[in-house]
Amino acid sequence: MSNGLWLVSLLLTSLIPAGIIFVLPERQVALRTTLNIFAAISKLAIIGMLLLEVENGATFRFSYTLGPSLEFALKADALALLFVTLSAILWLFTTIYAIGYLEQGHHRSRFFGFFSLCVTATVGIAMAANLATFFIFYELLTLATYPLVAHKGKASTLQGVKTYLTYTLCAGAVFLLGLMWLQTATGHSEFTQGGFLAANGEFTNWQLQLLFALLIGAVGVKMALVPLHGWLPKAMVAPAPVSALLHAVAVVKAGAFGIVRIVYEVFGIELSYSLGLLLPLALIASFTILWGSYRALFQDGLKKRLAFSTVSQASYIALGTALFGPIGTIGGLVHLVHQGVMKITLFFCAGNYANTLDVHNISQMNGIGRRMPITSLAFSIAALGMMGAPLTAGYISKEWLSEGAYAANMDWVSTVLWISSGLNAAYFLPILWRAWCKPEPSTWPQERIPRRGIKESYWLLLGPPAITAFLTVLLAIYADSSWSPLAWAKLIAEREYSNLPL
Amino acid sequence: MNSIAIIILAPMLWGAIALALPPRLKFPLVFAGLLLGCFSAIQLMLLVSTEGAFTYAVGSWSAPLGIDLKVDGLAVSMLLLTQIISLIAALYAQLYLKQQPRQLAYFWPLLGFLLCGLNALFLSADLFNLYVTLEVVGLAAVSLVALTGKRANINAALRYLIATLLGSGLYLLGTGLIYGLYGTVSIELLAELIENPDQPALLYLKITIGLIIVGLMFKAALWPLHYWLPPAHGGAMPAVSALLSALVVKAAFYIVLRLWLELFGSLAALATPLLFGLGAAAILLGSWRAIQADELKRVVAYSTVAQVGYLFLALPLLSTVAQPPALQAISMQMIAHGTAKAAMFMAAGILVLVSAGGKIAQLQGSASRQPLAMFAFALAGVSLIGLPPSGGFIAKWYLLTALIESGFWPLVAVVLAGGLMAAWYVFRVINIAFTDSPDEASDNTLITTNKPQQTMAWLAMLLALAAIALGFCGQPLADLIATGAAS
Repeated sequence: MSNGLWLVSLLLTSLIPAGIIFVLPERQVALRTTLNIFAAISKLAIIGMLLLEVENGATFRFSYTLGPSLEFALKADALALLFVTLSAILWLFTTIYAIGYLEQGHHRSRFFGFFSLCVTATVGIAMAANLATFFIFYELLTLATYPLVAHKGKASTLQGVKTYLTYTLCAGAVFLLGLMWLQTATGHSEFTQGGFLAANGEFTNWQLQLLFALLIGAVGVKMALVPLHGWLPKAMVAPAPVSALLHAVAVVKAGAFGIVRIVYEVFGIELSYSLGLLLPLALIASFTILWGSYRALFQDGLKKRLAFSTVSQASYIALGTALFGPIGTIGGLVHLVHQGVMKITLFFCAGNYANTLDVHNISQMNGIGRRMPITSLAFSIAALGMMGAPLTAGYISKEWLSEGAYAANMDWVSTVLWISSGLNAAYFLPILWRAWCKPEPSTWPQERIPRRGIKESYWLLLGPPAITAFLTVLLAIYADSSWSPLAWAKLIAEREYSNLPL
Repeated sequence: MNSIAIIILAPMLWGAIALALPPRLKFPLVFAGLLLGCFSAIQLMLLVSTEGAFTYAVGSWSAPLGIDLKVDGLAVSMLLLTQIISLIAALYAQLYLKQQPRQLAYFWPLLGFLLCGLNALFLSADLFNLYVTLEVVGLAAVSLVALTGKRANINAALRYLIATLLGSGLYLLGTGLIYGLYGTVSIELLAELIENPDQPALLYLKITIGLIIVGLMFKAALWPLHYWLPPAHGGAMPAVSALLSALVVKAAFYIVLRLWLELFGSLAALATPLLFGLGAAAILLGSWRAIQADELKRVVAYSTVAQVGYLFLALPLLSTVAQPPALQAISMQMIAHGTAKAAMFMAAGILVLVSAGGKIAQLQGSASRQPLAMFAFALAGVSLIGLPPSGGFIAKWYLLTALIESGFWPLVAVVLAGGLMAAWYVFRVINIAFTDSPDEASDNTLITTNKPQQTMAWLAMLLALAAIALGFCGQPLADLIATGAAS
């Protein structure tokens, strides 16, 4: 119990700064920035400690009774830490980026307050030890992201905001229905390795299938499974750092993570398999992968194209989960991290183009590689990663996913992956070609930040994408080291499948 | 024991003195009195939670001759809620009244009478005493609505007066019939007497219970008897609206709950379909009207109509297998809604004051200009919608548990739909507040809140945060309510 306080402090490292930042006057830039960075770093320090302990087999748990048979419980298992680490690291980069991005913006206290709250919710989702706690943070995430998406406050953003709310709140209601049904029948909703419904005789088969559909459908909205993805392109009205966070860490990832938890620890992979639920999930995920990539082809808005790309890429995680067997699991989990790092790079870069030169559309990107070489290089690396090019993180994910497909006797999945890679290339390569091979136009739409030597924009805007692009390569080169996300994913899969004969 | 006397008599006393005091001295006296009330309520709560529920015979004359007061978990939690909300509402009202051109001097005495009635009501253990306190509360509430003296408010107050008199009339009729039948009005004695009624008495009893419940439905504004509420709550001073929505409506429901638990739960179970139907209608239609309303305070008032629906919807579940979660849901809903709704009316009051008009469309940009009030409004909204973490979420959780356990699936859908509709009317306001007005110039001419308004916003914020914090108090509340409710 006492070690559970570490988990609470992990939440508090962003919750308390959120509270303080809300009441800080707008002009207290230095204090706010210090607080933000300090919070992000102390969160990382705690995570580092937890990683060491959990690898050695320690377990962390915290629980608080919210009411009769309703428990607020946190745990730090290997899976939780995978997501927590990802969010904490990317939060640090996004915060730095956002400080640069919003340099002259309005309502920065409000923005950074909700930004911290958003990360609190994500970390809570990662560490939730039962479905009820997961739900609490899941709804908190909706609430915390709302003001971020609506941040610009223009009348034109309103429509996107409304769509986002409608989707997420309805999904919340469906989730609550499934959760309450489950909780009332079983008396708890504790995540258990191998699934707690497996050993439970309360439900008949069709009820279990319905329950699965309710829960997966509800989290499917956040991770933008087709046909529940409609909000995501519209939520592009948000400022770039928010989109980066939403796509790489917070909302979409929380949905994908929810699918992993529900399949492995609510139903259990074996039960899901025997109920015949994995195949439909794999089919929907595959369809989403192809549909997202297909729609991305026709978007001229850079952020819109990236949004559809997210729809496609996030479903790799669901697909990996749906492949019965540890190899697919590893592929899905490792993509959770890899996609985050790559996608956040792309959004950072898109934000840089928009903020520096007011370039929003792909058709305006001719020759931008010469004007903004650092940004464009980072963009190119991440884009190549998304295609699954060797020496990038994306390659590792795709490799494991197709291996997993063969192992699960679902060979068609690897065809899907190939087609998707082709489509990825078809919508990313033209951008790279424009950026590097076409001549620079005589004027940019609006040059907000002038060039100074190699400094094409503010350092705060250049640093984060450069580092995450570098990480994209590092993750591939050092994939086999014992500290890579891949190694960690293997550890999770090992523990998940330990009670299964394979 | 002194706490009981203090909590009932002190408000009456300071209310009467405030009538005579010069304006300058009114508030310090009231404030001291309210603090004393809070202190006594806390003392009573500690007493109940350590030593269990107890009965207090006024002047050492016990029932049926004298008056018994019953102090149990349910009563003390309502008492504490009442003292805290009225303390904060009084602070708010003090700041609000300062900004009004006219001194509304009668506010303080009326507040005293209202509190005296409420506190006595929560402690009463017999039907007649409940009637008297209900009447005191009703009349004080009507006068508070009429306080501003505006024509619209007088009309609303008259409508309210008729409804409240009709309600208490029906209740009194029922009480009289029961007295004629059994010769006592003590709930405890009646409970033993009506346990096994013979056939003719049974019919008689059913009619009586029907009269009492319908009378209280008027006062609690259950759809379709809610018609008086939106103009009254929507038009009154914000602090008054807060008290009315948070406490006065609850007081009537509290009596229904008490009687259901201790007197006629098994008989009234006959009314289950009716209560389900009306509760569901209140949730859906009340929310719908809130979605359509143009004025901010109307939205909040219609939201009360919807939220009362949850209480009546949960009531019949007390007679099913799902009694424990149903009781948990009801008690949390009363407290959470009271806190959140008071916060919301106070926040809305500031927004109306600043936007000078109170139409929702005028709120453009208020998230930038009155961030604190808007934040309080949103947080209170979170609890009303039933999103976690909040008291409203806990209430909804146990309501859904009770509904699923007893197998009423269509009502599960109603409750979920009610949550979504609440989200609709809350976010409709917030969305507009987040949108900047089209021309920047007008933005700068509108001044942000002044100092007293800022303090008022903090008061609203305090209650809104309390509504959120209630989300972590489910277990202590369940323990407290269990004290003495077992009987």
